[in-house]
Amino acid sequence: MRAQKRSKKPAAAAGAPTGSLPGSSADVVVRPVRARDLDSVIAIDEQITGIGKADYWRERFLRYGGRGRQPCFFLVAECDGEIDGFIIGEVRDWEFGTPPCGWVFGISVRREARLSGIGTRLLDALCSSFRKAGVAKVRTLLVFDDMLVMTFYRSQGMMAAPIITLERNLTETIIE
Amino acid sequence: MKLQKSTVIALCSVLEAALDPGRQLVSAEIAEKYGVSPHHLAKVLRRLGRAGLLESSRGVGGGYRFCGNAKRATLMDVIDLFEDMMVERSGQREAIYSTDVERAIAQVLGEIAETAKAVFKSITLATMLRLIERQQRNADSRPPARD
Repeated sequence: MRAQKRSKKPAAAAGAPTGSLPGSSADVVVRPVRARDLDSVIAIDEQITGIGKADYWRERFLRYGGRGRQPCFFLVAECDGEIDGFIIGEVRDWEFGTPPCGWVFGISVRREARLSGIGTRLLDALCSSFRKAGVAKVRTLLVFDDMLVMTFYRSQGMMAAPIITLERNLTETIIE
Repeated sequence: MKLQKSTVIALCSVLEAALDPGRQLVSAEIAEKYGVSPHHLAKVLRRLGRAGLLESSRGVGGGYRFCGNAKRATLMDVIDLFEDMMVERSGQREAIYSTDVERAIAQVLGEIAETAKAVFKSITLATMLRLIERQQRNADSRPPARD
């Protein structure tokens, strides 16, 4: 389901980074998520992953968006009354033994709205929120074959962190 | 990990050309700058030309010019032309190696190769150009070294 088009330009929430895309006629506003954005968020995620996860996103909204709880951030990019993308992140202290830093948990831009700088705007806004929360580093975690998102993060200047993920099949027997 | 010399020269040449797509890259300049033989470089540049990353023009003022899409082409696209970075899957290792020791070593090497491939695939030439610019800015802001 997509958000209804409205004639009025959306007003940005206080404190949220705003502004038009450079070199684009589109007016994109990045602001904290609202309850009425959830259907659009669910639709964008389903368009990209092919899996509908309505309950998951409602839970995410309650955790990251609903109460405006700091330092959790759930932001959306709105253009002409339509939600074009979203980003979620949180400042975590001493995660895996590392000093406090901002973690990006997910970013999505609907296919038709890509290549217009919306992902960059969302990430910039989240990084700005992280800076205000007092951290100086942003991190994310993603799977090897998610080349679209990995290429995006690389284009934003993100490099490998001094962290390595390890896993083991729990069905395997380990000889000690 | 170490890339073959041809691969490194190819990456340097493509990035030099992509830094200024309007400029004709003179192979002698590249050979001198990166300390490679003109003969070796010519072979590398021809291969990059066949891959559609560089185009050549002959005569006075001729040379090589970047003609790829810097936002689409990745480091892996260049590396793939010169290296075989195939990673053996578990089933393939069983067939290739006859001992458990070799298979265990191959598994670890495979892990490293998978990581390297993912990194090379995720970095476009446009991202590399920004990285080069950043290096240049850092070098400019560094105080001059004392003799």
